Formats: sequence, C-alpha cells, structure tokens
Amino acid sequence: MDHFPTNWGRPRNDAYDAYGTFPLPHRPNNNTKDAFASAVQRTQQPIVTGTSVLALKYKDGIMMAADTLASYGSLARFKDIQRLHPIGNYTVIGAGGDMSDFQYIQKFLQELIIDEFTSQDGHDLGPAQIHEYLSQVMYSRRSKLNPLWNSLLVGGFKDGKSFLAYVDLLGTTYSASTLATGYGAYIAQPLLRKEVEGKEDTLTEEEAARIMETCIRVLYYRDARSIDKYQLATITADGIKITDSRPISTSWSFAEGIRGYGAQTQ
Amino acid sequence: MTSIGTGYDLSASTYSPDGRIFQVEYATKAVENSGTAIGLKVKDGIVLAVEKLIHSKLLVPEANRRIQTIDRHIGLATAGLLADGRHIANRARDEAVNYRDAYDAPTPLKILADRLGLYVQAYTLYSSVRPFGISTILGAVDKDGPSLYVVEPSGVFFGYNGAAVGKGRQLAKTELEKLNLQELTIREAVYEAARIIYLVHEDAKEKEFELELSWIGQETKGVHLQVPKDLQRDAEAKAKAALETFE
Repeated sequence: MDHFPTNWGRPRNDAYDAYGTFPLPHRPNNNTKDAFASAVQRTQQPIVTGTSVLALKYKDGIMMAADTLASYGSLARFKDIQRLHPIGNYTVIGAGGDMSDFQYIQKFLQELIIDEFTSQDGHDLGPAQIHEYLSQVMYSRRSKLNPLWNSLLVGGFKDGKSFLAYVDLLGTTYSASTLATGYGAYIAQPLLRKEVEGKEDTLTEEEAARIMETCIRVLYYRDARSIDKYQLATITADGIKITDSRPISTSWSFAEGIRGYGAQTQ
Repeated sequence: MTSIGTGYDLSASTYSPDGRIFQVEYATKAVENSGTAIGLKVKDGIVLAVEKLIHSKLLVPEANRRIQTIDRHIGLATAGLLADGRHIANRARDEAVNYRDAYDAPTPLKILADRLGLYVQAYTLYSSVRPFGISTILGAVDKDGPSLYVVEPSGVFFGYNGAAVGKGRQLAKTELEKLNLQELTIREAVYEAARIIYLVHEDAKEKEFELELSWIGQETKGVHLQVPKDLQRDAEAKAKAALETFE
C-alpha cells in the first residue's frame, strides 16, 4: 500500500511535493519502470544439462548409449542420472539438453501411453508414432517462443521393423542408421558412420556394444561435460533392455608426454 | 409406488415429506434392469465379470464393452445405462490423470472411489440434472494390494471383498458369500466369476448374453487386462458344465 496521498495515481511531481517533505527512506520510488519487467519471460538457456546421446542400427534392432552426467553449467552436478528412458513397450528416448525439460517430456509421454492403453482398442504406440508426436510438441513449443531445450533420439523396434530418428528444440527431425546429439554429432558421428553404414543388417550386439564403448570413451576424452559412466539400451524383438550404469576404462599415461602438463624434460 | 403422482418425484432437488429423494431411487431401478456385474477381491488380485445382454443379433461381437480400463492398474465395470457408464469411465480417467500429474504415482483406488463418489453425489443435488443410472464396480491392485469398491447412484461408496450389482445381484451375492475369497488365486477366481455369471443368467435365459471377464494381478503384472481368450473359453465351458449339476 502506498501511503502517500500525493503519489496516488500519478508520478512524483515537483508541483505536489516541491520540497521533498517525505522522510527519505519512505520516499516513494517514482522512477520510470522497466517496460519489460512484467512481460512474459521465456526459457533463454538450459540449466541442468546432459550431453551427447548416441544411437545406431544393428542386426537385431536399435542400440543407444548416453553417459550418466547432468551438469550445472561446467559443474559436474549429478553423476548418476539416467538419460535413456523407455516409453511404452517398443521405444526408448535419449535426451541431451535441459534435464528438467526431459523429465517433463517423460511425464507427458507416460500420460499419452496410459491414455492409449485405457482405450483398449488393440492398438499401441510404436516408436514412429512417439517420434511424430514428440516432433509436433517440440515444434509447437518453439513456435510459441518457449522451447523444450532438448535434442532427443527416439529409437525403437516394433512389428519386425527398427526405427531411429532425431528431434530437437526447434522441431527439426531427421533419420539415419547412426545418430548422435550434441558434441557427439561432431566427435562420434563420423566414427559411427564408418563402423555401421552398410553393415546395419550384419552387425552383432557385441560388435555394436564395442563401437558404442569406443565412441563414449572418445567423447569422454574430448567433451568436458561428459563422465566416464554410461548406459546402453537395446530395443529388439525381445523388448527393451537398459543396462545399469557401467564405467569405461581410460588411459591417461600419454598425458605425461604433453609439454606443459607432464614432467618438464627441457 | 404410492409416491407416483404426488409431485415429489419430479426433481432430484426436492425431498418427499418422509425424507426420500425419489429420483435417486428411480436411478437404482435403472440399475436393476441391467445385466449383472460382479467383482471379486482375492488374495493376489481382482477379477471383474459382466453379463452383457445382447439386444440385437446384428451387433458386432464384443461391441459396447461394459468393463473399461481407467488406468494401467484400475478396471471399472458398470451395471445400468451404458452411456452413463462411458461418462463415468471418462471422468474416472480424468481423475486418475489428475492424481498422477499432482503426485507422480498411480492413483490409489480409495482416492479414486472417493472422487467418483463426490462426482456422482453432485448429480443428486440439482433439478437441472438426473442422477446416474448406474452402479459402478471399481477394482485395482495399488500400493496397498488388491481393492474393490462399488459406487451407487446416490454417491455412496463402500469397499467390498466381493461385489455384485444389476439384475442378478441377490443370487450372485449368495454365491460370492460361499467362496473363500481370501484363499483364491485370480485364476481360480476367473472360473468362479464365469460360473456365477452363467448361473445368474438362468433367470433371463431367453435373452442372449456375452460374458466379459477382466483381471488384475501378478499374472498381468499389476495391469488391468481382458482375460486371455483360451482361459475365458475354458472358464465358460466349465461354467456351462457346472450349470448341469447345480441343484
């Protein structure tokens, strides 16, 4: 409540209070206000973030991998966060970007799955449907200038067909036999393409897992927002399997030879 | 029915001089005209069964289901007006979604029954609406294990071990009382449910009916599902055989 009658309904004006009769601490603030202060504020940046997600097609279906770190800026804030999430019986989504937006996505997709289940019409959503739905949500949110700050991979296997596609905060979608988000799109994608393209129908699960581990290791060496623990997901005719988080082996002995890091020999 | 024509039965918002609300009682009559629905709460789950009377041979088999799914772990069977049953199921789904949104957990059936009870009761208060012409059996396996509730047209709801609503409820209740529900498995309960529905149908033999069966338990991983076709066929065969030897 503004107790200064001279202030009611009008800005400070010398004609009404020429001599500053109000005690200083109580003097009303009649400065011009920021015109945007009360305007709608949108998400400007992600806060708690995950980094790359990798995925490839192999003989039996789709394999996905992501490390378990959720960073707060450059701080490794949460070290055991699952970034691969099953949706329904045939689909896994993996997310980089804002983890709270990812949790929101998990929530509304869960609601969608239950809604479909309760209709009991003999149909359920496969990876293609989930990816299409997700892309519509992502695009509509960016069109409201309020994006869900993620880049997502959707992998799945239903009715004998595997599915792998990408969608991001802009609503952009694409599909390929190997996909990687974030830093992985630069570092891991070339490695994945070299190992996988042309071999999608022959690659075994063991080979695929080995490729994934190599890529995760390279990313851990190069990506400062990564961690040396990751999870693998496989989606095949047998359903969805997501492993517990597992460590990768690393070797830092070469660091000794780096000038300015190891022992100085010259 | 001496009350008819006295004017106190035209609106759910008016009591009769002796303190009754006739519209609610008429709604109960609408339930009594419907095929029987039963629910069994047994040691490891819930079984729901409905005697769905077929009013036309031209209907597609399994059309107009009276057992509906509310959430992954909740089933609902109604006796009374089919359309009212659909409406109450939609409302129940909304409530289940609302609970999940707020608490990120599956809705306990106690809460859902409470909310549906409040909703149904609101339709006994106004002259502009009619009370629901259905009794609703709710079954679920939630964090506290199996539970079974019935919501009446008046809005009251009670928890049960075995429930029966609709035309054959008296006979069905007597049969349910003979069972040792706490000892049964859901698989055994499916056979008992099928037998009871076939038994109570004896009184309306001239009408054709379809048996609807659903269950929730460990065998379904806590999910409300239709009983598999082969098990249902077997249960129906046994039910028919049991009719021969009854009495």
